[in-house]
Amino acid sequence: MTTNTADNSKKYTRAQLGEYILRTPAVGPALALLAAILIFSLTTDTFLELDNLSLVVAQSLVIGTIALGQTLIILTAGIDLSCASIAVLATLVMADLAVGGMPGWVALLLGIALTSAIAALNGALITAIRLPPFIVTLGMFTIVTAVARIYSDGQSIPTTDGVLRWLSTQRYLFGGIPVTNGMTIALIMVLGLAYALAKTAWGKHVYAVGNDPEAARLSGISVRRTLLSVYIVAGVIYGIAAWQALGRVPNADPNAYQIGNLDAITAVVLGGTSLFGGRGSVLGTMIGALIVATLRSGLTQAGIDDLYQDVATGTLVIAAVALDRLSRRKQ
Amino acid sequence: MSEQNGTILRARGLVKRYGSVTAMDGADFDLYPGEVLAVVGDNGAGKSTLIKTLSGAVLPDAGEVWLDGKRVRFHGPLDARKAGIETVYQDLALAPAQDIATNLFLGRERRNPGISGFLFRKLDSKRMRAEAQRVFDELGIGITSIQQRVETLSGGQRQGVAVARAAAFGTKVVIMDEPTAALGVAESAKVLELIGRIRDRGLPVVLISHNMPHVFEIADRIHVHRLGRRVAVAAPAEHSMNQVVGLLTGALVMGEDGAITEAQHAVTAGLDQ
Repeated sequence: MTTNTADNSKKYTRAQLGEYILRTPAVGPALALLAAILIFSLTTDTFLELDNLSLVVAQSLVIGTIALGQTLIILTAGIDLSCASIAVLATLVMADLAVGGMPGWVALLLGIALTSAIAALNGALITAIRLPPFIVTLGMFTIVTAVARIYSDGQSIPTTDGVLRWLSTQRYLFGGIPVTNGMTIALIMVLGLAYALAKTAWGKHVYAVGNDPEAARLSGISVRRTLLSVYIVAGVIYGIAAWQALGRVPNADPNAYQIGNLDAITAVVLGGTSLFGGRGSVLGTMIGALIVATLRSGLTQAGIDDLYQDVATGTLVIAAVALDRLSRRKQ
Repeated sequence: MSEQNGTILRARGLVKRYGSVTAMDGADFDLYPGEVLAVVGDNGAGKSTLIKTLSGAVLPDAGEVWLDGKRVRFHGPLDARKAGIETVYQDLALAPAQDIATNLFLGRERRNPGISGFLFRKLDSKRMRAEAQRVFDELGIGITSIQQRVETLSGGQRQGVAVARAAAFGTKVVIMDEPTAALGVAESAKVLELIGRIRDRGLPVVLISHNMPHVFEIADRIHVHRLGRRVAVAAPAEHSMNQVVGLLTGALVMGEDGAITEAQHAVTAGLDQ
């Protein structure tokens, strides 16, 4: 309860800077992304070309979108191992319904309803029976992956429907920047979620529940309702991720994104969101997804093998978590 | 029901059993307007069960509670809060990664007026920050910025945030559970000062504490809890610290008339077993 006096004002300025970075967790990842872009621009001839940059962004869309839902769940100190499998099942269902003659927009809405329902089931098991999110979603991952293969008979389903392919539509902004509808939708989602997290009571409650559920409860927040809402919103996001996936390739494939759950967690962690809950941002996750895509594209163009790219990504993840841990041990 | 003798919060005959353990055994409680009432008792005397009952966290098996003369029955901390009873928990119940203003309004956020608040659920951050600043100024709690994260604050400052939250929203009673237990001497003194200021603003305070010097410094009356019930009500102006310690250990007993005598039976009762 003391006010700061003049003698420690210098220390305070440095503390303020640290405070700013901690409060804006996306600053670190943004610097890392800029560094990666800079390095690849200097070491390769092709990286900085507009078409390549656009491709990097496009390649980050599916995992990036799934990672937005994953971010919400990790902010509550949970985790979702079933995220990508749910999205893959939805791509198959949407494509199949469209092939069967259903209007694309109805198939899309049914697909989003499906992903929301599965995610809501995760949330219900976690909140009602108080099961650990890791176990519930691990089980759901196994089940949904199997169901997707049973449903599709292990075969890809072609997608030709205009609505389902709409996110692949490309436009040229300012006469030359290639932007797909998928990118526009992703940007709208990031902005919308960032707004909800920062400017609404729901967002404050999501952070508070992840920070300290008991403190949140004693503050009058319904922890269960907040958690359940987070899983349902994540489910809707997975549905949109499935739509993004249909825009990326002309077939819905039951074997796609097999480790998409881990890739999504990678993007979240690289984006500066703490696996311990209560800290992080969707803007950071978007940057995290871009870091992965940048790394892959840049290393490929530098002629480095896929497996070494995995080594690089894995190293980055461990470094990011270590930084998160160390930055908080100081307090 | 019976007459309330001007109490703001009153309880009679509270009983709470956990299996074969009786945590409260016919406990009574009286809090008057404008006072700081200390609740003291040995570990296991049942004072935390009593406090949890008054703050809505525990539903008693028997007994009655009146707030401002009206019979109340709380089914959770939210009920008690809605009725105007605010509790500062020992672990403070703050979200460390969030700023002071957010914590002050946690669970009670204010939305913008008009479309942005109604349709887009936008919070009125500016107003919440201004109100938080006003509360801190009024209570004389010094902090550098209302936008500081709670985890950057000292133990005393965090206590200040929790107390400010209770004072800002409590309309009838503020209950504080061991507010000075984790604090150093200087910070404890500030928290005691703060308790005095809350009382001076007209809000009665129930203070649970183990620290006799703190109790004697700030309390107007002392509720002595022993073996699940109130065994005495003392006053720092009339009784000594030794007498209060004697009452809570059972070495001394207080008669109906308030006279304190030595309790021989307390010693023999222990040997009977």
